[in-house]
Amino acid sequence: MAPRAMIEVVGLHKRFGEHEVLKGIDLVVEEGSTVVILGGSGSGKTVLMKHMIGLLKPDLGQVLVEGEDIVPLGAAELEVVRRKFGMVFQAAALFDSMTVFENVSFPLREHTRMSEAQMREVVRQKLDIVGLHQVEAQYPADLSGGMRKRVGLARAIVLDPKIVLYDEPTTGLDPITTEYVDDMILEAKAKLGVTSVVISHDIASSFKVADKIAFLSGGHIVEQGPPARLRNAQHPALKQFLHSWFEKNE
Amino acid sequence: MANGADAPGQRSALAQGFGDLSKLVVGAVSDLGGVATLGAQVVRWAARPPYRVASFFSQLDFVGVGSTFIVCLTGTFTGMVFAHQSARAFELFNAESMVGPTVALTVTRELAPVFTALMVTMRACSAMCTELGTMRVTEQVDALETMAVNPIQYLLVPRVLAGLIMVPVLTLIFDLCGLGGGYFVSVVVKNVSAGTFIARTQQWLDPEDIVEGLIKGAVFGLTIALIACYKGYNASGGAKGVGQATTQAMVQSALGIFILDYFVGVLLH
Repeated sequence: MAPRAMIEVVGLHKRFGEHEVLKGIDLVVEEGSTVVILGGSGSGKTVLMKHMIGLLKPDLGQVLVEGEDIVPLGAAELEVVRRKFGMVFQAAALFDSMTVFENVSFPLREHTRMSEAQMREVVRQKLDIVGLHQVEAQYPADLSGGMRKRVGLARAIVLDPKIVLYDEPTTGLDPITTEYVDDMILEAKAKLGVTSVVISHDIASSFKVADKIAFLSGGHIVEQGPPARLRNAQHPALKQFLHSWFEKNE
Repeated sequence: MANGADAPGQRSALAQGFGDLSKLVVGAVSDLGGVATLGAQVVRWAARPPYRVASFFSQLDFVGVGSTFIVCLTGTFTGMVFAHQSARAFELFNAESMVGPTVALTVTRELAPVFTALMVTMRACSAMCTELGTMRVTEQVDALETMAVNPIQYLLVPRVLAGLIMVPVLTLIFDLCGLGGGYFVSVVVKNVSAGTFIARTQQWLDPEDIVEGLIKGAVFGLTIALIACYKGYNASGGAKGVGQATTQAMVQSALGIFILDYFVGVLLH
């Protein structure tokens, strides 16, 4: 039996003023898979991801989450859909006035009736998953970039979402931390069985974590498929994008 | 030849002047529309559960309790200065007994709401705008949305309600301090009889004068909190953008206070 589509983007168009960023995107994210949307800076990756969680409305097209079109939904209905998601932001987007514990427990406070002790236990478990210990009382400003990203992931998975979105998870990190974040994405998938969508321009990370890569260029997904197939793709924009990296690293 | 050479330059300067003016007008109208729309959204989200009582009280504390000392200080010295200046003028006509009513009427109707709103703008609204702007540019506002928490309800409703409620309360405190300062200068420094000061003030000052000041305080409080929230919530462009948003919020709030002061005053009479 073929895996069901968790997110389906159909004929998505988005324009900001004169600039048409997305010109008819079609993409299927299957349940339990990790899809990397690869593309250069300004190619519209973040715009596409924001449509998936309803932060932006398309000019034309559909975004189906578990078969439900979220485009016509109002603010209150979107809040219900968003509880299926966790999102890890490029710069973590932790609340800087809150401790790590308060940040990670924030969705629990908002959407559950857990006691303080139950929340402490859940937060500890999620921090364990991302490899952090004894940091609950620290503020985001006291943490390194990599640690902040891990706290961001702990917060994203604290309500056990079905889907986790990663916005440029390895941008600005050193190679060792990058590898750690890649492993973190793979472990989150293995331990929690979540569906993941990663947007990135980091070729090495993309090929490491992806089940499927979709290459975004000129407002279109010009190639998509398993990493091994894309490695030999013939589309000129993708060839150029991959060429320089593989030449240096092989 | 000189005239011929200057004409295109003058036309271009004139065109640029009109261009700048039209941009200013369009920007002002756009901001006015934005603030009004945000106000409507705040009303809508304020009525819907969950009611964020802790956050509301925290903002009451920040806007109100946190501003009490500077409002007291401003009120006291404003009353003292006003009493000192009006005593000098009334001395010329042997009418020192009118110092008390003059201070009382001016402070309660005009100076208290205007100066209180200006102090709250500088102390609390600037911080509000910067905090919200920083949250916006560091994607903390987006993070709230992705966690199915409405940022208007979570961030803006408590701040706007705190402005609406606490500026009139602080206006009342300003009234008391201003009258106290005026009493001190009139009675202790200028040797006006305490009985005369109190009796004349009671004779001239009506409760409606105090209520007028409180209504103005509420209007100003709502306006400055909405402007600070609107500018901060829509900030973009990193640290520079947040700085620009805060500057714009301060300037527009101060202008808004003086413009509204006239219209509210006219409407109430």
